[in-house]
Amino acid sequence: MKTNDVILQTTAKVVFFIIFLFSIHIFFAGHYAPGGGFVGGLLSTGAIILLLLAFDLKTIQQILPFNFTIVTAVGLLLAVATAAGSIFFNVPFFTHTFDYFDLPLFGKTSLHTAMLFDSGVYLVVVGSAITIIQSIGGDS
Amino acid sequence: MEFVLLIFLPVIFALLIPFAYKYVKGIHTGWFVLLVPLVLFAYYLSFIPLTMDGGHAISEIKWIPTLGITFTSYIDGLSLLFTLLITGIGSLVVLYSVFYMDRHKEDLGSFYVYLLIFMTAMLGVVQSDNTMTLYLFWELTSISSFLLIGFWYTKDRSRFGALKSMMITVFGGLMMLGGFILLSIMGETFSIRELIAQAPELVNQPYFTLALVLLLLGAFTKSAQFPFYIWLPDAMEAPTPVSAYLHSATMVKAGIYLVARFTPIFGASSTWIWLVTGIGLLTLFWGSFFAVKQTDLKAILAFSTVSQLGLIMSLLGAGAITYHTTQDIFTFATYAAIFHLINHATFKGGLFMIAGIIDHETGTRDIRKLGGLMSLMPISFTVALIGSLSMAGLPPFNGFLSKEMFLQSMLAIQHFELYNFDTWGILFPVIAWVASVFTFTYSLYFVLKTFMGQVKTDQLPKKPHEAPMGMLAAPVMLASLVIIIFFIPNLVGKWLIKPAVMAVQPTLYSSPSAVDIHVLAWHGFKSVELWLTVAIVILGTLLYVTIPKWQPLYRMQPAKLSLNEGYNALMRGSERGMNRLSRLYMTGIIRTYLLYMFAFLSVTVIALLFIKDAFVFDMNSFAAISVYAVLNGLILLLSIGFVVFAKSRLAAIIALGGVGYSVALFFVIFKAPDLALTQLVIETVSVALFLLAFKHLPALNNHGETTKNKVVNLIISLSVGVMVTLVALSSHSQKLIPSISQYYKDTVATKAGGGNIVNVILVDYRGFDTLFEIAVLAIAGISVLGMIRLRVSRKETTDENE
Amino acid sequence: MELILSVLIGVLFTAAVYLILSRSLLKVILGTGLLSHGAHLLLLTMGGLEGSAPPVLIDGVSDFADPLPQALILTAIVISFGVTAVMLVMAYRMYAVHKTDNMNELRGNDEHD
Repeated sequence: MKTNDVILQTTAKVVFFIIFLFSIHIFFAGHYAPGGGFVGGLLSTGAIILLLLAFDLKTIQQILPFNFTIVTAVGLLLAVATAAGSIFFNVPFFTHTFDYFDLPLFGKTSLHTAMLFDSGVYLVVVGSAITIIQSIGGDS
Repeated sequence: MEFVLLIFLPVIFALLIPFAYKYVKGIHTGWFVLLVPLVLFAYYLSFIPLTMDGGHAISEIKWIPTLGITFTSYIDGLSLLFTLLITGIGSLVVLYSVFYMDRHKEDLGSFYVYLLIFMTAMLGVVQSDNTMTLYLFWELTSISSFLLIGFWYTKDRSRFGALKSMMITVFGGLMMLGGFILLSIMGETFSIRELIAQAPELVNQPYFTLALVLLLLGAFTKSAQFPFYIWLPDAMEAPTPVSAYLHSATMVKAGIYLVARFTPIFGASSTWIWLVTGIGLLTLFWGSFFAVKQTDLKAILAFSTVSQLGLIMSLLGAGAITYHTTQDIFTFATYAAIFHLINHATFKGGLFMIAGIIDHETGTRDIRKLGGLMSLMPISFTVALIGSLSMAGLPPFNGFLSKEMFLQSMLAIQHFELYNFDTWGILFPVIAWVASVFTFTYSLYFVLKTFMGQVKTDQLPKKPHEAPMGMLAAPVMLASLVIIIFFIPNLVGKWLIKPAVMAVQPTLYSSPSAVDIHVLAWHGFKSVELWLTVAIVILGTLLYVTIPKWQPLYRMQPAKLSLNEGYNALMRGSERGMNRLSRLYMTGIIRTYLLYMFAFLSVTVIALLFIKDAFVFDMNSFAAISVYAVLNGLILLLSIGFVVFAKSRLAAIIALGGVGYSVALFFVIFKAPDLALTQLVIETVSVALFLLAFKHLPALNNHGETTKNKVVNLIISLSVGVMVTLVALSSHSQKLIPSISQYYKDTVATKAGGGNIVNVILVDYRGFDTLFEIAVLAIAGISVLGMIRLRVSRKETTDENE
Repeated sequence: MELILSVLIGVLFTAAVYLILSRSLLKVILGTGLLSHGAHLLLLTMGGLEGSAPPVLIDGVSDFADPLPQALILTAIVISFGVTAVMLVMAYRMYAVHKTDNMNELRGNDEHD
């Protein structure tokens, strides 16, 4: 994409961070309010696509130097590992657990193994969606 | 120890063979394999004292207990005899193969794996008491036979022979399965023992005769009876150890075993006696008559095997007469059948091995090129002579004894006074005698043409010489058995034959010692059999001497009328017919297939809804109409219209986005915030995706769609639409069981510690779904990557057929 | 409300099937997109549209919309994204290789029978 649109590029940089932060928020809020791994992951995909539209593939590759297939794999592993972890505590596969903790700064917070699973979902969604987008965009 | 597990010993051992073949280079793989049948043979010998007293042993492991399917090893006299044949001849064949199969040229890994699979399958066939597992092992023998016949798979003849044997024996196997199922329906059990116990009631069941015929089809195809024998000559493309083992000593006798095993059930039927005896005798004559026509050594032996199998079969049929009358003269037949079965395994196994040796040492099996090998290969000649003369029925070889008993039994049939046997019965000894004459002739033909006369050194590919001692060991052992059995027939009878006879005729004998038969070589000058044998020798020799004069008679049979031609025509016809039939509806155009599917789907669902009275329409349960929803519905309709009627691809893609956004709005209206969020974002990403791929996409073009096509498409799509509407309405209006959602609502805070029920369902309650879903998503990502970045360039096509 | 939605779903399915049966490759892809939208709405409607609050626990609210169909649909939405992407790429690769997007010409050849 041969564009030299300064306004778009500047705005995109700012908006990218807003969307990205929002996606993180919506991901963590997922257990209690609308949101979660799927939406969070898709939102960050959307943010990256915005950057892609404003700049071009090569620049994105420099800004975010990840191999997104590996991101997908890490996500899948995390999800499977969380599910399998319960076996070590002598409870059936996929049993989740949670508890409430008093953390500095956050106050009373509930921590969840389901959250770990959800972050696996998040990573897989981002990884595979960006892999698809990058492949199609990079096809000449 | 559960000795049923021993059935699986060969196949478990087979797992090690590829490694032994690959890593142990210095030793022929066959030496390792030899251990298996030897150990098994030694172990099974220990059952002889048990069966000699008329006892039996059972060992069972459950496989599918709910269906009553078990692996049961039932060892009585009959199955022990076959087991010893399988392991005994198996040991000799493996020993022979060590010298026959070249360590450097042949793929021994595959060869021995197939052979061991066969061993397990065959042991399973003869020991299984459960008809379903018997069927399983039965088909496994067909499959291993297929693999072994096609061992030299680069040869066309091998592949043809392998396929032919597979087609015919598997056809028979399927028929047999039908027979088994009928039997199990009638007797309400899969166990053969229990079926035998209720044999008297089974006879009066309506499907009894059908079950009988189906079962016999299985036995006749496997044991190469007329007219199914045509696969056996083509199976000779297999390596010679295989021919000696599968296609003469063991597998082809599975049909014999089946007939013997089921005689207690079916013997009471006259159809059984007529079919088994009649087809057996016909096969005996047919095989012996056409053996003289053959010019290939192994083909002569194949036809002779066909004929000998017919002989044993006819004896079993005659043996069933004892179920109708108690006269002593009929009791010989079953004894003779079992006796001849053993004898045939010894002399025919040896003959096959000699044929292999001749092939190995001279490079040809064509009897027209062979001759005068007697002085060059004296040991082979001796073994071949012993085998042939035993086959011809001459003393002092074991074939003489069983041949005499055969003639005796056939002569007895004319005294049987039921079912028209007293009028037609005279035919049986006549056919048997004529066939015996031809048997004598082809036996001479086989051995004399090969070993007597002039050596035609110029026609032989190799310079002939005697085979190495190792290769001769197995046939020499078999040949000595041929002679030994002649001198101790009654000892063999006591150990092996009488227990087996008792298993075939359990109602007649309560113990093996009750079988009151004493085999004699000399019956005195008054015995009819003796003079029949003398006549056979005289006439057979006469026929042999005059072979060049009458052999051309075979050419009178038109080639088009042969059974092989019939088989080929059947195969060709079914191939073409099926091709034509499937081309009638398989157009190759995806639209056609989709039309079938959609039409079938909508017609069946709509019809079911109304036939079953399942369409319910309940206005009361409906939610109130909201203005926003109606407006949004209009937007949705408009967008759909744009997608369908858009003239440019850009407009269509954007309209599709519009559909997505209005669906997202529906999610907002119907209180599904998670869905709305996801749908909104994903629609954005999808549109971006379409636009990224835009430059690659073809322009919209209707490719000259005809009006007729459009109308058909419209009708089908309308019917699908109507179907979906009806399903949506009636499934909403009736809830047969309460929704599981209530449980989620009640426990989400206490058990899962969450507030957003949808998300908790996704990550917790139904985590499995989500796990597999992200796996699918990852696969989609990788396949897109693969299709674009990792694709193989068109130039390096990797078609496996090339 | 359910009646209106059911008819809309019927229209979505009709349009989708009509497009899928057409000869143009791109229309087939558009058709599958419509089909998945129809399926999502169908799931939602079958579950019922009565609920007056989103299925999120808030004190004092008990009349939720049914959460189960929503969870199923959420899964389906993401899957259909993957399916669309794969189909899209497959379609344009096919177009690039075979130089046609006419479904009647994309029918394999007899060599592979």
